[in-house]
Amino acid sequence: MQYLKKQPAPVNGHLPVLLPMRSTGEPLPLTDRIFNLWTASLLFVACAAALVTPALAQQDGESQRSILEILLEWTPTIGSGFAFNVLISICSMAVGTVLGVGLGILQVSPLRIVRQVSWTITQFFRNSPWLVLLFYCILLIPFQIEIFGAEVPFPGWIKAVLGLSLPVMAYMSEYVRGAIMSIPVGQWESAESLGFNRAQTMREIILPQTVKRILPSWMNLYAVLTMATPLVSIVGVNDVMALTRAALSAEGRVDLLIPMYLYILCWFFIYCYPISAFTRRLERKFSVQL
Amino acid sequence: MDSASIIEWLRPDWFFDLTVVSDEYNRGRYLAGLWMTVQLSVISIFLSLIVGAVGAAAQGAPSRTLRVLVGFFVAFFRNTPPLVQLYFFYFAIGTVLQITGDDGRPEPLVSNFGWAIISLSLFAGALNVEIFRAGIEAVPKSTVEAAEALGYKRLQIYKDIVLPLAVRISLPALGTNLVNLVKTTTLAYAIAVPELLYVAAQIWSEDLNVQEMMNVLLLSYVGIVAILVWVLHHWEKRLRIPGYGR
Amino acid sequence: MDVRKGEVVCIIGPSGSGKSTLIRCINALNDIQSGSITVEGQEVSDPKLDKLELRKKVGMVFQQYNLFPHKTALQNVMMAPIKVLKQDRKAVEERARALLKKVRLEGKEDNYPGELSGGQQQRVAIARSLAMNPDVMLFDEVTAALDPETVKEVLQTIKTLASEGMTCILVTHEMGFAREIADCVYFTDRGVIVESGPPATFFDEAKDPRTREFLSQIL
Repeated sequence: MQYLKKQPAPVNGHLPVLLPMRSTGEPLPLTDRIFNLWTASLLFVACAAALVTPALAQQDGESQRSILEILLEWTPTIGSGFAFNVLISICSMAVGTVLGVGLGILQVSPLRIVRQVSWTITQFFRNSPWLVLLFYCILLIPFQIEIFGAEVPFPGWIKAVLGLSLPVMAYMSEYVRGAIMSIPVGQWESAESLGFNRAQTMREIILPQTVKRILPSWMNLYAVLTMATPLVSIVGVNDVMALTRAALSAEGRVDLLIPMYLYILCWFFIYCYPISAFTRRLERKFSVQL
Repeated sequence: MDSASIIEWLRPDWFFDLTVVSDEYNRGRYLAGLWMTVQLSVISIFLSLIVGAVGAAAQGAPSRTLRVLVGFFVAFFRNTPPLVQLYFFYFAIGTVLQITGDDGRPEPLVSNFGWAIISLSLFAGALNVEIFRAGIEAVPKSTVEAAEALGYKRLQIYKDIVLPLAVRISLPALGTNLVNLVKTTTLAYAIAVPELLYVAAQIWSEDLNVQEMMNVLLLSYVGIVAILVWVLHHWEKRLRIPGYGR
Repeated sequence: MDVRKGEVVCIIGPSGSGKSTLIRCINALNDIQSGSITVEGQEVSDPKLDKLELRKKVGMVFQQYNLFPHKTALQNVMMAPIKVLKQDRKAVEERARALLKKVRLEGKEDNYPGELSGGQQQRVAIARSLAMNPDVMLFDEVTAALDPETVKEVLQTIKTLASEGMTCILVTHEMGFAREIADCVYFTDRGVIVESGPPATFFDEAKDPRTREFLSQIL
């Protein structure tokens, strides 16, 4: 850090070679300093206003409602739809994380066959398109299953949660494997020489140290997952995207299209941007320590 | 699922008894879908690399306005859902951008294939900007200073020292992003571009062989991704400097 | 090679000569390819070996300290007795504090390894091994990664231990220290023990030409 803060002395013959890459020496990247949550919100309000104002003027004298009015009218519906997306993302993240940590630990198993099988599963789900996995779960999981004689219904959104948690599991598995491998072998050896068995070493010594390394990737994965949730509208789950399209067809106005889609983009942006900004801050913080 | 149904599920007939293999009409559709997916992937990869390179260069530009604009572009496309971006382009902008065709009826200026390419390129390109910039910034300052001390000019340093190293540093992240881009081409399904997922859905809704088509679909994508990974891996290997990096 | 209770043995030799491998075999960290090692009547090369029993008897200190970075100094010392030996937390804490005091680290109990100097970390590592009440302590080039001025504090700690009758096996490059502390010195080269003897005779009247060459290079 000390080294980074040092300004190059204006010595004779100093060539300002890296002038274009100004952000290197600055404490925060340019995008973060000028582009925070507040400026983002302001920008989108401005954008929306710019789009809405001409529409307003155009609509003057007619009995139709203004674009802004329509957006406001639909806001509760869109808000509840968005909340549903957030619910789906949280459930998928929880399921995917638990499965992924398990799979990741299996990937460093001392048994060769276990390692290979878990590696194959990881690679398969990591490289399959999210939408295809979603179709797979939606179409091939039965509507209800029998557990101990009781009929348990399986609604579409639960299947969607499972479908989205599969890629999350695969990514988590890779992060966990990478983090475990990055722990110096001396940690294993010293734990071993103190008499810890493998499970204890993993639980008490290795995994706690991986948390810090995984956290930024994990949060980034959550943001990516949240941005994948509108996919569930394609397979027939009534999420924010499905509601928006229903709203658009109910209104049936061409001039509403751009503002409405921008409005939805704003919802996601305002939810996801802080997460990714915080992720980058964490990454910087941890990378300095290492 | 009991063991009998698992065995049933795993039975290998689908491998032999597939309409995409046995039925010529379906085979033709499947291959056309595959070709469409390959086209979508290759063109989007190419354009996203250009977007990334231009964006990274612009972020290093002396003009503050330009840097801010690129910053906005990257932040916006990285933090909104690609599907909504695609809808925005196709349904919102695409509806507005219409010309009057020969027969007097309005015709879209850009086809759904075109919008898919534009949307995917911008989405992946935004991340490429970040990746390239991070690669440039990761070149050790001391290396640059050493070149400076040897009397290299700024452009020479950029061309001969910074870029060759930055490309190598960027490659793993770039590979991940390009694989993601190929996976994201499935979104074109939502705007009825007849790519792999779309034709597969057509076939399974006609022939009612969902499971078989699903397996074909997954294997097809794993295959396409494997080819891309293989290409990237060889590229990386060719660029590898012995003893440099890990 | 034979080490009796209370004896201090130093192993010296050029790098890559098998010193560390030898010492790591005693703790079953490396597999034994041929030959045998017996610790307190326990055959280390025995495939049915109870590694836990062995490691309760044998403590080990590493060149790179290998402290657990997510635990404080005190927690590092307490962890193994609680988790592995299932001992009572209160008693362990008392003993751990006493051990840290013994290696002269009072007041550093709640510091994380990252906040300690190399010499301090190495002394925590020694205390951590001692907390298991081992019969024998292995030191694998414990001063090799330290600054010259902190080497002394670690060597002092080992010296105190040796004088209290702890059986110690050291791999070291500190010839002066070996001469002062060891009851017996072994010289290894290319995977075999070439020569051994009490330090006085070993350092002054080495018989094997390889030993003489090594000593002349180093002294």
